[in-house]
Amino acid sequence: MKPAPFEYHAPTTLEAALELKAEHGDDGKPLAGGQSLIPAMNFRVAQPSLLIDLNHVPELRHISKPNGAVHIGSMTLQSTAERDPLVAEHAPLLHEAIPNIAHPQIRNRGTIGGSLAHADPASELPVVALALGARFRAQSKAGERWIEAKDFFAGLFATTLQPDELLVEIAFPTKMARTGYCFTEVARRHGDYAMAGLAAVVTLGADDKVSEARLVYLNVGDGPLDAANAASSLAGEAPNAAAFKEAGRIASQEDMSPYGNIHATPEYQRHLSAVLTERALHTATERAKAAHA
Amino acid sequence: MSPTHPIQVSINGKTIEKRVEPRLLLADFIRHEAGLTGTHVGCEHGVCGACTILFDGKPVRSCIMLAVQANGHDITTVEGLAVSEDKLHPIQNAFWEAHGLQCGFCTPGILMTLVPFLQENKNPSEAEAREAISGNLCRCTGYQHIVDATLLAAKKLREAES
Repeated sequence: MKPAPFEYHAPTTLEAALELKAEHGDDGKPLAGGQSLIPAMNFRVAQPSLLIDLNHVPELRHISKPNGAVHIGSMTLQSTAERDPLVAEHAPLLHEAIPNIAHPQIRNRGTIGGSLAHADPASELPVVALALGARFRAQSKAGERWIEAKDFFAGLFATTLQPDELLVEIAFPTKMARTGYCFTEVARRHGDYAMAGLAAVVTLGADDKVSEARLVYLNVGDGPLDAANAASSLAGEAPNAAAFKEAGRIASQEDMSPYGNIHATPEYQRHLSAVLTERALHTATERAKAAHA
Repeated sequence: MSPTHPIQVSINGKTIEKRVEPRLLLADFIRHEAGLTGTHVGCEHGVCGACTILFDGKPVRSCIMLAVQANGHDITTVEGLAVSEDKLHPIQNAFWEAHGLQCGFCTPGILMTLVPFLQENKNPSEAEAREAISGNLCRCTGYQHIVDATLLAAKKLREAES
């Protein structure tokens, strides 16, 4: 099918884009990479009356590391971040996750901020953002504010961005000492929506036991799912197979209640999540042991 | 009909100027306005890859981009690959020789995916070749001959360079 008619604006400055957002609110739909929005418009699931194309706003495309975080402009292409040396060096979890986003053809148009603002529970970037405790800079004509990842996602395809706000930048905290990161997922075909997957973050203490862990899952709830009970079961434990297995059990049986989809029943999603938890924790722990800085 | 926007697009080195409705998809612009029907439209939601083109040299799906977004940009379609009507691109020759196509519907998208891939990875493994074409669906071949053609194309390109 083809999109329904809409009005099209392509502002060339952030100021002009925010002006349009202030004027049109939720009726003014930002067009980032369009890799989710335009398919939805082709199906007429989405029929925005006005599109604000952000592709001509150069100030929204940048990557830098000013202090303690890798800052990425919301319109930065996923393929740009995928190859960026700062991301690879300082945000290894993000670097590992990006190649799992669809296919190269999609990542050449898809943006970091667009995917996050779309808040699809099956997508990789919200999981990474929540696992790392990323911060989101939202801007409106009235000013700007920073939103913590845990306060940004508000359920199925929903965020706490206000109608007059645009997501302009995301700050991903840089890697920590004695900490290992792992992103893994399973899809029927590489690049398809994953049936299950997670980001694991493991920090080891001086005694080589787990001092802190974080486990965040995709496609098993209304948004990125933080398995807090499973993660806290690891704190103070020696990082071994039994502890990983127990964390996988708690995450898959207690923390999540997956809906299932055409590729996987809820039971299978739980099974996969448990198996992937063990693998991710093993990898993250090995990496934590090797991480000195 | 919503107001039209003037656009100027370079396709295969030729500049085209048209006025388009914002809702016109780039794939439809290429087919119906530029008259280049080698770019195929399969699923229209970015899954099958048949509409893959090069946008400023990078492979993208033209069915999930708006024509108005191509204003001022360079596009290469499958028609831009062959040097002349009787001299195919080395990747096209490889697909011919290795039987990398049956009905041919998916072929343009696969070729446009492989052009930049083989520029970057001159000697891909079979696994890398399979991953490279994972965003393109083929319902005839079972992919085996496409993979063979991809590896043969890489060989031809290497030989042409040396």
